[in-house]
Amino acid sequence: MLRIENLTMRFGGVVACSSFHAEIKPGQIVGLIGPNGAGKTTVFNVITGVYRPTEGQIFFTPREGETHQLVGLTPDRIAKLGICRTFQNIRLFGQLSVLDNVFIGSHLRLRSNVLSSVLRLPGYAREEREIYEKSLYLLEKIGLQDFKDEKASSLPYGMQRRLEMARALATSPKLLLLDEPAAGMNPQETRELIDFIQEIKEEFGLTIFLIEHHMEVVMEISERIYVLDHGVLIAEGSPSEVQRNAKVIEAYLGVG
Amino acid sequence: MPCCAAVGKNRGEGETMREQQRRRLALIAILCTVLALFLANKYLDDYKIRIINLSGIYVTLGLSMNLINGFTGLFSLGHAGFMAVGAYTVGLLTMPIPMKEMNFFFQPIVPWLANVEMGFLPALLVAGLISAFLGVLIGAPVLRLRDDYLAIATLGFAEIIRVVFTNTQSLTNGALGLKGIPNYTNTWWSWGVAFVTIWFVSFLIRGSYGKAFMAIREDEIAAEAMGINLFKHKVLSFAFASFFAGVAGGLLASLLGTIDPNMFRITLTFNILLIVVLGGLGRIAGTVIAAVVVTVMMEALRFLDESINLGFVQIKGIPGMRMVIFSIILILVVVLRREGLLTRLKGREASYAEN
Repeated sequence: MLRIENLTMRFGGVVACSSFHAEIKPGQIVGLIGPNGAGKTTVFNVITGVYRPTEGQIFFTPREGETHQLVGLTPDRIAKLGICRTFQNIRLFGQLSVLDNVFIGSHLRLRSNVLSSVLRLPGYAREEREIYEKSLYLLEKIGLQDFKDEKASSLPYGMQRRLEMARALATSPKLLLLDEPAAGMNPQETRELIDFIQEIKEEFGLTIFLIEHHMEVVMEISERIYVLDHGVLIAEGSPSEVQRNAKVIEAYLGVG
Repeated sequence: MPCCAAVGKNRGEGETMREQQRRRLALIAILCTVLALFLANKYLDDYKIRIINLSGIYVTLGLSMNLINGFTGLFSLGHAGFMAVGAYTVGLLTMPIPMKEMNFFFQPIVPWLANVEMGFLPALLVAGLISAFLGVLIGAPVLRLRDDYLAIATLGFAEIIRVVFTNTQSLTNGALGLKGIPNYTNTWWSWGVAFVTIWFVSFLIRGSYGKAFMAIREDEIAAEAMGINLFKHKVLSFAFASFFAGVAGGLLASLLGTIDPNMFRITLTFNILLIVVLGGLGRIAGTVIAAVVVTVMMEALRFLDESINLGFVQIKGIPGMRMVIFSIILILVVVLRREGLLTRLKGREASYAEN
């Protein structure tokens, strides 16, 4: 599904990420861990086109026989190809309603043009109805349907995180990048998140790449883990392999 | 998705009720306006009718600027430029040929315009389209700029347009301006266009593209990550706004009968910005009401510029007092009520708090 080769990201003199490589197979849940400042979100930003890497290539294969090189593409183009993400510091459309936040996620798949949306031509009207139903369905899935008309910024933190995920799901992605989805969650919420991630993976046929600091989450749901420290890949493998890796333990020594 | 089928039923009734309410309200508003305009035309003097025409034009201007600044969150100060383009287009296209000859005494008009004379509606449409085209041309390189830089760039373009118009003697008659533009604008035209603009902007905002505009306003990075092409949507918003600004400029030209490049300075843009801010960025009804209130007040406060004769004492008029009082009112509104004069009306209009 996704193959990253020799990814290097330099911001002037600072090397955020150096010769990173990774491979994610369809249907997998893969984790990306490492101490704070290791460059994990930078990797996400490069994959989604927010940054253009100094070196390296990224190959995305959403379907059999169709491979795209992502470097140099704009973020919206990459989203249309089927990669969507959530943000470490939630980036919702604060002043818009909960429903509208999810609705907007579907806009990229809209086939009708803008004039037909103003004139409410039947083709557009039908698409809008479908998007509404899909948005409501996703809201019910995350349990926020009763808040659909509330302003997104008025929601408590945990609900905002869930809303961001629903919004990402609305883009009909093939690959979902989750940036610290469990941040700020208590054990109960973390448990629900783990179940939720597995549920949506099955239902929507997703491949998931996630950054996470909550070790229970990563270790439990990942099939494969990549470990970054100071921008360098120091280990990769199954959860148990990574847990026993001396370099990983050293990198995390003293950190929870 | 088969799983969605059951969900659809729940939302069906709630939505259509709201839609019906909306439609009824709109119909009532239109009927009331038609009646009011009819009565106004019958019983009011020319001065008051001119104010009514002006307010209608400012409704269109306010809404078109709100589309860029309020809904898409782009800080654009170029409106006067697009108005100028529209005004001159209508002026040149509707002016009778002998009148053109009289106007262009200093330097003859370009041959391809000398014998053109069109009706009002086609001229307005051409004005809108040319303004929209210019909007795309200007917008394309400039819309990626951040807030303040975009403001300066759009302001710059408006000024460029004004200066160009001042110096293309054979096309626009330069600083001499155009006189004798036929007065086609009446209350039906000015408010007819206003209602078309209200309808267009409302439906645009309610639809998916409108939500995309607002998403860009809220968080560009997130919007792009969700697949919204920033360039395309910003240019689209800009193009629609310029279209209506051009049409409004054309209506203004036909209302005043006389235009010159100096009319289209930055102050004109600020007047519209004033209306947009007072009515609330991102609020349609607020903008409509603010347009009418501001236009009426600007005229109503004129008495402050004149001397007031109370019989036994005469208070000398202080020229410019009108604007002082007006500015004080504006400051009070902005300080005390940052979201504009109107409280949120029912509906999907997103509020915009100053950032």
